[in-house]
Amino acid sequence: MELVTPGIGLVFWTSIVFAILFVLLAKFAWKPILGAIKEREQSIEDALASAEKAKEEMKTLLSNNERILTEARAERDELLKDARDIREKMIAEAKGLATKESERLLQAARENIQNEKMAAITELKNQVAVLSIEIAEKILKSELSSDEKQKSLVNNLLQDVNLN
Amino acid sequence: MSNKIKTFRPILTCIFALLLCLNSSFANDNNDGAVAEPTHEEKFKPTEVIFEHISDSHDWHFWGEHEHAVSLPLPVIIYSDKGFDIFLSSAFHHGTHPYHGKYTYILKNDHIKVVDETEVVDDAATSKIIDFSITKNVASMFISVAIILSLFLSMAGAYKKNGIAAPKGKQSFLEPLVMFVRDEIARPNIGAKADKFLPFLLTIFFFIWINNLLGLLPIGANLTGNIAVTLTLALITFIVVNVNGNASYWKHILMPPVPWWLYPIMIPVELIGIFSKPFALMVRLFANITAGHIVVISLVSLIFIFKSMAIAPVSVAFALFIDVLELLVAFLQAFIFTMLTALFIGSAIEEHHHDDAHAEGAHAKHH
Repeated sequence: MELVTPGIGLVFWTSIVFAILFVLLAKFAWKPILGAIKEREQSIEDALASAEKAKEEMKTLLSNNERILTEARAERDELLKDARDIREKMIAEAKGLATKESERLLQAARENIQNEKMAAITELKNQVAVLSIEIAEKILKSELSSDEKQKSLVNNLLQDVNLN
Repeated sequence: MSNKIKTFRPILTCIFALLLCLNSSFANDNNDGAVAEPTHEEKFKPTEVIFEHISDSHDWHFWGEHEHAVSLPLPVIIYSDKGFDIFLSSAFHHGTHPYHGKYTYILKNDHIKVVDETEVVDDAATSKIIDFSITKNVASMFISVAIILSLFLSMAGAYKKNGIAAPKGKQSFLEPLVMFVRDEIARPNIGAKADKFLPFLLTIFFFIWINNLLGLLPIGANLTGNIAVTLTLALITFIVVNVNGNASYWKHILMPPVPWWLYPIMIPVELIGIFSKPFALMVRLFANITAGHIVVISLVSLIFIFKSMAIAPVSVAFALFIDVLELLVAFLQAFIFTMLTALFIGSAIEEHHHDDAHAEGAHAKHH
């Protein structure tokens, strides 16, 4: 029974000691300790959050880079394509021009030839005319050298006229 | 919660059974001995030894018996109608001499009694004195307070010095315990207002734990196994819980959510509940710690009971096992006490709707 009979002295001292211990610990130990722990947790949380943020930023940065790279690549492709197009166009143009030129030259040559031909023909015609006149003159001279011949000619001509 | 108590019930049962066996068997032994060898002084009385170890004392006893005992005298402070009497317990010469102060005192079974001129105990006068002595338990409590303060004040100093840097040395040992009380005891049981009660819970946890551990030392005092100490601690919990109890807590007690005609039964039950909770705290801590001490001393006593060295290895092995178990119990009891305190505070400050709470309660009971 003695074991379960609380002694007043011990109750008194326990109360006093516990109260003092509580006050001292609360003020000088728990407050700074819990404060520091909370502060540390807060700083860890902040650090984690900022790391997360940095990661996020890094990700956007990376994706930006990726985007820029893709754009650059696309631009390069476009430039190359343009260059190719221009080259082809230039070649085509050059080809066209050359063809036209050659055609023109050919045409000119052809015209020239034609002209030359015409000139030659005209020349020839003139020559032929001159020659014909000369021949005719000579023939006429010989035909008309005697009266007989003149008469037969007239007869011949008259015969022709009758036939007509 | 009751699961935890149930876990310890078998152990407690064994311990008390053992204690009862020892008690009865040695009571018989004593009687037989008294008849057969009335002059034999050296008869070993384990119950006396056990009770000497688990009871409070006015001397801090180290070794030796009676007049040859080596002990540290402690201050005796007695308040009576004539005022205070303050003297060292060595004045009693281990209970063999009276001390003449405002009354004449003798030390009988570690209790101070008032005697008259013929050295006969005066019960009427004895009942009037109040013993405020610095007993072995009080002294041990002072030591524990010094240890706790030095531990935590230096820990706090380390935080002031290191700021929020990673904990070092003592910090890294104590911080997890502080965090344990905060994250496993206070916050789950109390909720949002947990941090307000945290200093109290931390103090009570470390006070009980450190004192449990000090009690395990060979010459340590059985402080947390003393009913006065556990009574005070339970009383503090009782005050904290009921002072902080909110309207819904009191409404639940004074207007329980039952039909009005059940009030004559329910209100007394609820009122008893207010007191039975701290009462259980008091008894649980007291019984667990005292039981552990009793088992260890009983095991060691076996050597002297059998008067054989052959039993020593067995006793030592078992005592070692129990001591290691007691290390666990020391922590566990501090944890349970703090945890239940947190739980009671939590239920006292919780804002709840009666219907929901009871529906859940009924639901839980069905499982």
